[in-house]
Amino acid sequence: MIQLNELTKRFADIVAVDRVSLEVKASEVFGLLGPNGAGKTTTIRVLTTLCKPTSGTAFVGGHNVLSEPIAVKNLIGIAPQAINLESDLTVRENLEFHGRLHRMTRADRDKRIKELIEFIGLVEKQNSPVEHLSGGMKRRLLIARALMHRPKVLFLDEPTVGLDPQVRRKTWEMIRELKTKGITIFLTTHYIEEAENLCDRVGIMRKGRIIALGSPMALKKNIGETIIECREDNGYGYKFFKTRDEAIRYAEGIDCDVIIRESNLEDVFIKLTGERISD
Amino acid sequence: MINLDFYTIFWREMLEIRKKLWRFIASGLVMPALYLITFGWGLGRGMRVGGGTYLEFVLPGIIALSAMNNSFSGVAVSLNISKLYSKTIEELLVSPISPYSIALGKVFAGCVRGLFSSMLLLLLGLILNVQIHITAMFFAILILTTFIFASFGVIAAMVTKSHEDMTNFNSFFILPMSFLSGTFFSPSGLPEPFSSLIMVYPLTHASLSLRAISQGQPVSAVSLLILCLYALAFFYLAVRAIKNLEI
Repeated sequence: MIQLNELTKRFADIVAVDRVSLEVKASEVFGLLGPNGAGKTTTIRVLTTLCKPTSGTAFVGGHNVLSEPIAVKNLIGIAPQAINLESDLTVRENLEFHGRLHRMTRADRDKRIKELIEFIGLVEKQNSPVEHLSGGMKRRLLIARALMHRPKVLFLDEPTVGLDPQVRRKTWEMIRELKTKGITIFLTTHYIEEAENLCDRVGIMRKGRIIALGSPMALKKNIGETIIECREDNGYGYKFFKTRDEAIRYAEGIDCDVIIRESNLEDVFIKLTGERISD
Repeated sequence: MINLDFYTIFWREMLEIRKKLWRFIASGLVMPALYLITFGWGLGRGMRVGGGTYLEFVLPGIIALSAMNNSFSGVAVSLNISKLYSKTIEELLVSPISPYSIALGKVFAGCVRGLFSSMLLLLLGLILNVQIHITAMFFAILILTTFIFASFGVIAAMVTKSHEDMTNFNSFFILPMSFLSGTFFSPSGLPEPFSSLIMVYPLTHASLSLRAISQGQPVSAVSLLILCLYALAFFYLAVRAIKNLEI
């Protein structure tokens, strides 16, 4: 459904996306995980036709984003990181405007607005101006707006950034429900838990490059499923083990305070780069 | 099939005007009313120009000025904010409607803003018993003027990279045009090369044309042609600017 071949995007001297190649299958939930400035949003911007690639190619639904932008735009829905709702319009009017932009008929718009307002739980707020909504409500409305014209591919750029844990989990439930409807989802996040909970496959991105690609389980297995965190003078040291038994045996032979735990995608990032995602 | 995508953009703009109607009316009236009071009643009281009062002379120019200011800023400011701050422009850019339709919808909305304030000013003039002759051509020139400056507003919003840039755009293009385009005086009275130079401004031709009509004289074909060329050129550049916008 999505294909990137050696995709590169430069802004003057800065290489925001550096020869990225990957493929996302239909109905898959794919996540780009990485720290701020890794190139995740720029990749989404190229895929959604908002900026042009410097070199390489990008296809969505078999359509080249550069030469067939209208065909791509008909297939995709986008919930950007910035809440770019029309703040003076109501919840309904925002969805109505989006439906009109996608040439939906009046009857179809009305039906779809009703469905989506129920889906995001904003029935009582449907006639409230967006500026009166909470952050979580706005995020859910962004996703509903992106779904208004029934896109085949949904791009979610940091869909839960700035949300409290409870609202974040509600948003995850929404995304999981979309997955059951067969929509291909391409999301970016810098939350480890989000990538592990939602994504079938994850691409870990750093400085414009994909440094690891695979299912969360496979990526963790590659580095070792168990981690020993050992408190050292200048922070924590990490040791990676294939099994918990191996880790316990190792811990018995060293002289420091240790934490033995299962590995996560942050550990994958640490193993590959020596840095934390949040650094 | 006629492409009516532009109407979606226009509809959204009209929705905003409807929601903020009183603010819209007030903001459209303030500046031209101040010009009218300052130059028409204040400085121009007792002055006679070409056999009529100064108010009769200055009103068509102020109507053109109001058309320019409201159509330009109505488009440029909101589009600039939507590009730099609210990011709502992305919603348009990722929709399947063309840059041409986006530009046309925005420009038509700018025309409505410009025409609305011009009409209010005209009404004010009529209430004050200012004797001016109005024909269909008067309205045609006004529409053309608002179209030119709304298109210019789209260009300004697309090419500027900050609010400061937009202020500079106003300082270097709009403000000089406001004072030098024969709104408050006859350009023929200026020495060369200034009298020729200000003929480059589209507002000069709008002011001269509206004034000619208001005095019952024919519109210069050259002015009409220049206004049409500006309208075409600016709209073309506005579409190009949207098409080339990368976010």
